[in-house]
Amino acid sequence: MFAFIVRRIIQATVVMLVIGFIGFSVKHQLGDPVRDLVGISVSVEEREALREQLGLNDSFFEQYGRFVSNAVRGDLGYSYFFKKPALDVILSKAPATIELVFVSSMLILLLSVPMGLYSAIYPKRFFSRLAMGVSIVGVSIPVFLTAIVLIYVFAVQLHWLPSYGRGDTVNILGWESGLFTIDGLRHLVLPSIALSSIMLPLFIRLIRAEMMEVLETEYIKYAWAKGLTRKRVWLVHAFKNTLLPVITVGGVQLGILIAFTILTETVFQWQGMGFMFLEAVERSDTALLVAYLVVVGALFVVVNTVVDIVYGLVNPTVTIASR
Amino acid sequence: MQLLEVKNLEVSFALRQGDLVALNDISFSLGKKERLGVVGESGAGKSVTGFAVINLISKPGKITNGEILFEGKRLDTLSEKEMRTIRGNRISMIFQDPMMTLNPVLTIGTQMVETLQAHRKISQKEAEAVAVKKLERVHIPSPARRLSQYPHEFSGGMRQRIIIAIALLTDPSIIIADEPTTALDVTIQAEIMDLLQELCNSEDMGLMLITHDLGVVAEVTERVLVMYAGKIIETAKTSDLVSNPLHPYTRGLMNALPGHGTCDTANRLQQIPGTMPNLTEIAPGCSFHPRCEHCQDICSSEVPQLRKISGNDSRFVSCHFAEEGWQNG
Ligand SMILES: Nc1ncnc2c1ncn2[C@@H]1O[C@H](COP(=O)(O)OP(=O)(O)OP(=O)(O)O)[C@@H](O)[C@H]1O
Ligand SMILES: [Mg+2]
Repeated sequence: MFAFIVRRIIQATVVMLVIGFIGFSVKHQLGDPVRDLVGISVSVEEREALREQLGLNDSFFEQYGRFVSNAVRGDLGYSYFFKKPALDVILSKAPATIELVFVSSMLILLLSVPMGLYSAIYPKRFFSRLAMGVSIVGVSIPVFLTAIVLIYVFAVQLHWLPSYGRGDTVNILGWESGLFTIDGLRHLVLPSIALSSIMLPLFIRLIRAEMMEVLETEYIKYAWAKGLTRKRVWLVHAFKNTLLPVITVGGVQLGILIAFTILTETVFQWQGMGFMFLEAVERSDTALLVAYLVVVGALFVVVNTVVDIVYGLVNPTVTIASR
Repeated sequence: MQLLEVKNLEVSFALRQGDLVALNDISFSLGKKERLGVVGESGAGKSVTGFAVINLISKPGKITNGEILFEGKRLDTLSEKEMRTIRGNRISMIFQDPMMTLNPVLTIGTQMVETLQAHRKISQKEAEAVAVKKLERVHIPSPARRLSQYPHEFSGGMRQRIIIAIALLTDPSIIIADEPTTALDVTIQAEIMDLLQELCNSEDMGLMLITHDLGVVAEVTERVLVMYAGKIIETAKTSDLVSNPLHPYTRGLMNALPGHGTCDTANRLQQIPGTMPNLTEIAPGCSFHPRCEHCQDICSSEVPQLRKISGNDSRFVSCHFAEEGWQNG
């Protein structure tokens, strides 16, 4: 376990350094911190003095080193638009995104597992064929189309659900949460359906394919020969083996879900990191862009670590210590 | 009444190209405590026969004719639920490859306890106690500690012992062992066979031993079925068959046996010229005639029946010349 943690921390550090490097390069090429600070009504000499003072005339790597050491101390630069440290801005937006991704992931899991298993066990039934057909179509529909259709039907025409914003939130230990108010949950419905619609077909097909393969194995035939009930064979013997590849692929896919929040949040005016990211692009708020990259990178690392741990728990041939 | 009786069993696989008859008019019986061998080349239908008994033929296979009686009751017409009370309880199976048979993500203990709990009202604790006893029975050292281990922590031979222990859990009346040693090292093969034989002698069970290996059959079984292309072509007491094989195919198998040692007929069978036909392209007449060195005109036109050999009630051969003696013809 200890070796696993150490290795994970080293991996995470390398990943974060690479992300930081990319982020910094972007900032170095695009951003002009002096303009960010003082605007355009300052003389050339004064600007030059300021550049020298800020160390902007130092070499690229000196500046990168400074960027890293600042970042380690939680300083990811200053958002000139919000007039606040970039990290503070991001962190205030993060709960909205994390909750959206969390609810979408839960939706994906709760729907794809039963649907995938069912259509593997009864491949010829009407529902299975329907699920397969719909999922082929589903994979190819872009998110914002799904989102717009959802908004049109459920918000504009039927007036059942709100179509933008997070609604009422409650502050729990500094975390703005929409999960604990009816209004907040109502606001979550459409965005999380839209976001999960990207991955849901893929997960159903993945689980179905793996399950069908597992059902053909000798150990499943043996489980039948032992006289076990269907429930036991399907849900314990087969499902547990189906889980392994699903966790590996699924973990990566859930990470990718974070990237899709940019689109979803924009369509639904969801005040999260993705929405803020696009705004920051429009305003050329480079410090904020870099901070976004770093925070999302960190989220990826966390998700992957959790996935690895879960995988180790399910698969006895991989003891966490030996990875 | 026989413990197990199979009458005119026919099994077909509904394939896209049409039905494939994998078992054609198979009849045999197994008495209490009897040890029956089933031999034949790969694809002869040995495994399908074993699985048919517990009605667990892989799709798209189905029993299309005949009856299977266990203690006088029809098995082939039982519902799935009723059949479950027989499988793994009254009739246990041992599969060919112990590396593939146990579920890799469940502990040995789980896989043993669940089997008992599927068939008995028994607590986890009691079930574990039974499991430990059976593991001892198959000579697994420190069995109590093994329950929490996973299959990958055991060698092939150990796994096959565990699988035998699982088969013993419910004290079944019949064990069907489908090539239980084919996937193992030669030295371990002998150990497992000895163990099976020892268990059959001491426990009250019948054994149906499916194998390639006539040597093993000679050593372990009392009676034997020889299968070829989905049919039984010869059945006899093992001692009679070994001392005087009557069907040319059985003779070929015997000739391939060096002395009294064991041998793998899968390799040795190449000494009989040609290969077993695909089940879809069986020649008319006797299915063995294209490979038979004594083939006559009648062999390619008329299907020989499995007939009793006069003077021996337990001996049946399906060859036109079994009694006349093709040796002289
Ligand atoms: N799932 C299946 N689908 C189609 N045909 C099958 C299937 N299983 C078995 N068969 C047919 O049944 C025949 C007998 O198969 P079986 O597995 O009983 O052979 P076997 O005698 O056990 O051979 P081996 O020694 O290789 O185990 C095969 O030749 C094959 O044509
Ligand atoms: Mg077989």
